[in-house]
Parts: sequence; C-alpha cells; structure tokens
Amino acid sequence: MIISEQKSREELLESIEDKNRLFLVGCAACATACKSGGEEEVFRMQEWLISVGREVTGSVIIDEACHIMRAGRDLRRHRDQVEEADALLVMTCGAGIQSISSSSEKRVIGALDTLFLGNIRRLGQYEEKCSLCGECILNETAGICPVTNCAKGLLNGPCGGMEEGKCEANREIDCAWSLIFDRLEKQQRRGVFARRVPPKNWGKTGKPGRHKIR
Amino acid sequence: MSRLARQLAEHQFTVTAEIAPPKGVDVRSALEHARSLKGVAAINVTDNQGANMRMSPMALAALLVREGVEPILQMTCRDRNRMALQSDLLGAAALGIENLLILSGDHVRFGDHPESRAVFDLDSVQFLEVVRKMEAGRDLAGRLLQGAPSFFAGAAVTPAAEPFELMFRKYRKKVDAGARFFQTQAFFDAEKLKRFMDEASSLGVPVMAGVLLVKSAGAARFINEHIPGVRVPDGIIGRLEKTVEPLEEGVAIARELVAAARDCCQGVHLMTLGHEDRIPDLLKG
Ligand code: SF4
Ligand code: SF4
Repeated sequence: MIISEQKSREELLESIEDKNRLFLVGCAACATACKSGGEEEVFRMQEWLISVGREVTGSVIIDEACHIMRAGRDLRRHRDQVEEADALLVMTCGAGIQSISSSSEKRVIGALDTLFLGNIRRLGQYEEKCSLCGECILNETAGICPVTNCAKGLLNGPCGGMEEGKCEANREIDCAWSLIFDRLEKQQRRGVFARRVPPKNWGKTGKPGRHKIR
Repeated sequence: MSRLARQLAEHQFTVTAEIAPPKGVDVRSALEHARSLKGVAAINVTDNQGANMRMSPMALAALLVREGVEPILQMTCRDRNRMALQSDLLGAAALGIENLLILSGDHVRFGDHPESRAVFDLDSVQFLEVVRKMEAGRDLAGRLLQGAPSFFAGAAVTPAAEPFELMFRKYRKKVDAGARFFQTQAFFDAEKLKRFMDEASSLGVPVMAGVLLVKSAGAARFINEHIPGVRVPDGIIGRLEKTVEPLEEGVAIARELVAAARDCCQGVHLMTLGHEDRIPDLLKG
C-alpha cells in the first residue's frame, strides 16, 4: 500500500491561496487505510475549510484514485460541483493527484505528502520493505531486502557502522545485514555471500516507469 | 610503487596517520600538520568524514604529492555515483596519487548536511572491483581507457564488530575484490584484534590496526555518541577519569594498543586528533 500523510494546515492554507470554492477528492484505497484521505478525513477537511471561510462545492471518494480512467469518470459524475469550484483539493497519494490533474483543467491542490510503499505492521503503523528497484535480490537475501532495509542500500554485506547487529543510522533498528545473515544461517544457505553482487542496474527503473502486459 | 606498498611488501611495521581537509580554502594548517608527521609512511586524507562537508580530499592529496608527502586518498561511496567515482580515479592517478582507501562512507545523518541525498550507487566491494578493472585498462562499462591508472587500493574493517562471522564475510569479499591492505577502525580490545588476525592472516593481506588517541573521558563519550563503529570501552573511560593527566594516560593507552598491534598486525594507523606531536611517544617501546 502507498503510505501518505496530510500536509500541515499552514502549508495547505498557503497552497489554497485565495481560492474560495473547493471540490474535495479522497481515495477509498490506500489513503483511506492510512487515514489521510478517506471518507472521515475528507469530512474533517471540509469542516476545517468552512472554518477558515472557504466554501466546499462537493466531494467524491474515488475507488482507487491511481486508476486514471476511473478517476476521470468519477469527476465527470460530479461535473456540476467540479465546475463550480475554483480548485480541486486532492487527498490521495501523488499518483492519485496526477490522475486528477490529467482529468481536469481545474487547478489541483494536493493535500498529502506521499511517503513510501509500505507494509502494515498493525493499524496505523507502516514499514517500508521494498523500494521498487526493478531487479529483485530477495531470493539471495533470505527474503529481506537490503536495498530498502539497509540505510545505505549496500549489496555485499554490512558496513563498518554495524554494532551488535544494530544499524549505524539508527541504533534502535536491526542492521538489515545482520537479519539477512541470521536467516541465511538458519536456512543453512550461503545465499548472497556466495558471490560478489555486481553494481545494480538502475536503468531498470528508468524514470518514468512504464509497463505493459503482453 | 608507493612507499606504503613497498614498506608493507618488505614486512616493515608500517605507520600511517591522517589529516582532514579544511572547511574552507585555507590549506595552510592542513599542510603544516602533514609536514609535522614524522616517521609515517603515508597520510590518509579523509573524505567528508562523518558526513561533514569539507574540501575535496583529492585536491588536498594532490597538494601533498606536490609537497613530497605521500597521501592515502580516502574515497567513499556516499557522495558520488559510479561515473563520478571513476572520473575521480582517473583524476587522482593523473595527479600522482597512488594509495587509495575505499570506504562505504558514514551515513549523512551524522553530518552537517543531514538533508542531502546519499548516493551509494556502488558499495565498497563493487568500488574495489572498479579500481581493479580500471587498472586493467577498462572502465565499468567495459570501455577501453587511454592510459590505465595504477593504484595501491586498500579498505577498512572493524575487527571487533559482532556478529564476527558476518563481518568476516564482508572482509573476505573485500579481499577477493582486490583490497591490498586494510586499515582497521579504532580498536581498544587487544583480544578481539588478535581473534580477528587469527582468521585474517591466512588471507595474506596486510592489516594496519587503527589506534585512536583519546585525550579525556569527555572525548571518549563524544566519540561513542558521534562516531559510528567506534566504541571506547568503560574500562578505558575509567582510566581517563581517574588520572589527573588524562592526555598522558591517553598516550599511555594508545602506546599499549600499538604494542598489541605489533604482535599481530603489519602496522598501525594512528588517529591522534590534533596531537600529532605525540606520535613518537605512541611508537616508543
Ligand atoms: S530488491 Fe528490494 S527494493 Fe528491489 S524489488 Fe526486491 S524487495 Fe523491492
Ligand atoms: S549498519 Fe547495517 S543496515 Fe545500517 S547502514 Fe550499515 S550495513 Fe546498512
């Protein structure tokens, strides 16, 4: 799931400038799950906007805001309210914001900061496990990603800052390489230690990514 | 062949020290420091150490070469991608720099630019291999070089790191990737150093033990908090606390560590943090 959080109200006020009438967009998927742009948050946003003297022309929660066609369709269904607005305030991840901006000529104001692709530890607690590098090494690292979990993304073992299995960048967190090592030992495999991993091919995640199922 | 390479090849007990480039363009005090370091084979020039932005170590190393002082150019993977690292290698060779110390680099969190984007396009093992590749006349992309560089490239190791076996696997990878000497992170436990050397000596790469001159208990606590991979043990802090002359005690402790290194290592790398004048005292006995 894509983890996002709301921008501060001060920052939002600055982005809204003098726009008076706003149409709100939320997302029923990730932004709902991480309580940044679901039904409830859209409602609270509406209340806040009214309290600072703005008018809300309407709102919609899109099923998956990252679905470009669906986002466009949902906006068309609320055409009148959208037309009435000076701007759209979008409470979705950055991908969702762009579904909206590509479906409407109206000024789009993003209300969230998008953080990472996250696993859910428990409700309200998310952890990044994969940074979408395009060349997955998990099969050699006992299912623990060093690209993401190692603070330096090292591919050939721990740095000199590892201490008692903890990471130099944050002593509260386990060194990813220590975790990889422990699990490989348990599985009695050499895994990634059997070879020198060559430099990563970052060309595989050339920006912007494109993928087509054939 | 660099003096460092020659001394290690001749099995002399080899001594290196280090200086940091200035934060600014005034190199006078750095050069003075370097000139005052007597009896050392070569001097490390640190690379934005602790992730604090300073003058390019390549520039200072080149100035040392001009002064007739032999540098060991430290290069980290933190600030430059594979293209920048390779072009720096070519530049370093053209400037007469022979010794390299290849490092991952401290995390940006520790330094004065914690908001910067860390690079780590290569890790230290991959970087060592790039050095070897360039020495063989090709860049990482396999393109032919017009004139190949020739280096004496080393790497770092933390002998007291736990888990030991994990640290040692990385050490072995660095050896396999072409590291020709090692400087260790500052050590304080002679037993742990010996345990490491018992394993490491069979791989046949010279190891210079890192010895840090700790001048007071306060300095020790600062190091423990701010320098990754270095931990001054309580016993040493206790000794520094008890004495009325902590610097002298610090020198005595460092001298003991040098003596321990003489028993099992091929040299020492001295980190004297502004007390370069005490180096002869550390090497006594
Ligand atoms: S190596 Fe890590 S970042 Fe890359 S795809 Fe696999 S899990 Fe994701
Ligand atoms: S301590 Fe481990 S996880 Fe942290 S940066 Fe070093 S190798 Fe990566």
